Amino acid sequence: MRHLIEPEDLTLEEIEHLVATGMDIFNNPSNYSEVCKGKILASLFFEPSTRTKFSFDSAMMRLGGNVIGFADAETSSTKKGESLADTIRVMGYYSDIIVMRHPKEGAPKLASQYSSIPVINGGDGGHQHPTQTLTDLITIKRFKGEIGKHSVAFCGDLKYGRTVHSLIRTLARFGTKEFILVSPEELKLPESLKRQLVEKYGVELTEVLYLEEVIDKIDILYMTRIQKERFFNEADYLKLKDSFMLNRDKLKEAKPDMIIMHPLPRVNEIAYDVDDDSRAVYFEQSEMGVYIRMALITKLLEVGPYARG
Amino acid sequence: MLEVKGIDNGIVIDHIGSGKGIKIFNLLFASTETPVVLLMNVKSQLLGSKDIIKVENVYEVDLDLLGLIDPKITVNVIKDGKLSSKTRATIPTTIKGGMKCHNPRCITHSDDYAIPEFTLIKANGKLEYECSFCEEITIYKL
Repeated sequence: MRHLIEPEDLTLEEIEHLVATGMDIFNNPSNYSEVCKGKILASLFFEPSTRTKFSFDSAMMRLGGNVIGFADAETSSTKKGESLADTIRVMGYYSDIIVMRHPKEGAPKLASQYSSIPVINGGDGGHQHPTQTLTDLITIKRFKGEIGKHSVAFCGDLKYGRTVHSLIRTLARFGTKEFILVSPEELKLPESLKRQLVEKYGVELTEVLYLEEVIDKIDILYMTRIQKERFFNEADYLKLKDSFMLNRDKLKEAKPDMIIMHPLPRVNEIAYDVDDDSRAVYFEQSEMGVYIRMALITKLLEVGPYARG
Repeated sequence: MLEVKGIDNGIVIDHIGSGKGIKIFNLLFASTETPVVLLMNVKSQLLGSKDIIKVENVYEVDLDLLGLIDPKITVNVIKDGKLSSKTRATIPTTIKGGMKCHNPRCITHSDDYAIPEFTLIKANGKLEYECSFCEEITIYKL
């Protein structure tokens, strides 16, 4: 039995295979519409989520399976003081696979230690969000053809953004050698991660304060949300926020085949006038999240393309 | 110079950095009923000055705990007035329980089932341990 707690739980070959399966499901969904018939996904969201929860629910239903669960810890026995381990043990009798989101970091790992069925981490605090990374990778595959061969820029909150940390490490594993980091001083990529990227993967990091300085060099631009409360004062936020916003004007110098990604939700870091640009793929990115999650469910349940024997 | 008699049976915890002996004494021997001597600020060729603890009729001590306090510590076991063995304190590569994760958002702070487990990632100067649940680094401090 396998769990997915962090991207490193999967080898590069397994990730490539999952992406290929996800693309096949995307192209031929009817071939997969019954592979999870009779199976139940327990969707345990101890804190709210829109895309992750509904894309998992949708993925299981598109595979012919069913979904049970809760979208808020307030409606579960956790409110009565039940331990996570007990909730997970019981869910093993009611379902075949679990996806969980939890505000405490490391909670999915704890759950996996007490679970009799596969556990998927749907996000644990600021720690890991492996299926977002898989979603990002399948999006790169769909729009750029290959993973690990491009100049990738990350823009915005690179300090607290778990999606950024996870994706940048995984792309480095895939062989990406050049990353451009665009962020305010307060929200730079953590030093420990930078050290790991340089020492372990030999990548080259370029840090800049303005997107305009580097926009013409980027193949994949990954935007993230900057939260006002991350700044020491409002004046700093107001002064800097425009530097990390993308609009049509800034895109003038960008490569014609660059792609713009964003894990969503966005607030104001991508102007609405960018949505019509052919390089904007962030809504398709959310779409691909369903197909890669379908592939992941089939793998962990060992059904369809991953059936044994 | 102050002189303290040697022991015939027991352990001598030697090469303790000056000032750390009292911590070890308080942690391991404060409530013991066996005779214990704590020597502080003794001259040392190796360290300049050091602390020493002598404990009678005890032959075992937690080398991991001593290593966390000061990895230079050595433990001499004395039997019938003779040196029976000499061991160096060790820095534990893993610690289960006994230490709290530095990350307030870690599950180990809110769930009794989650017993924090740490792996040593750096022992150069600071002892840096990674939490097996949240992967945050905690620097060991006594």
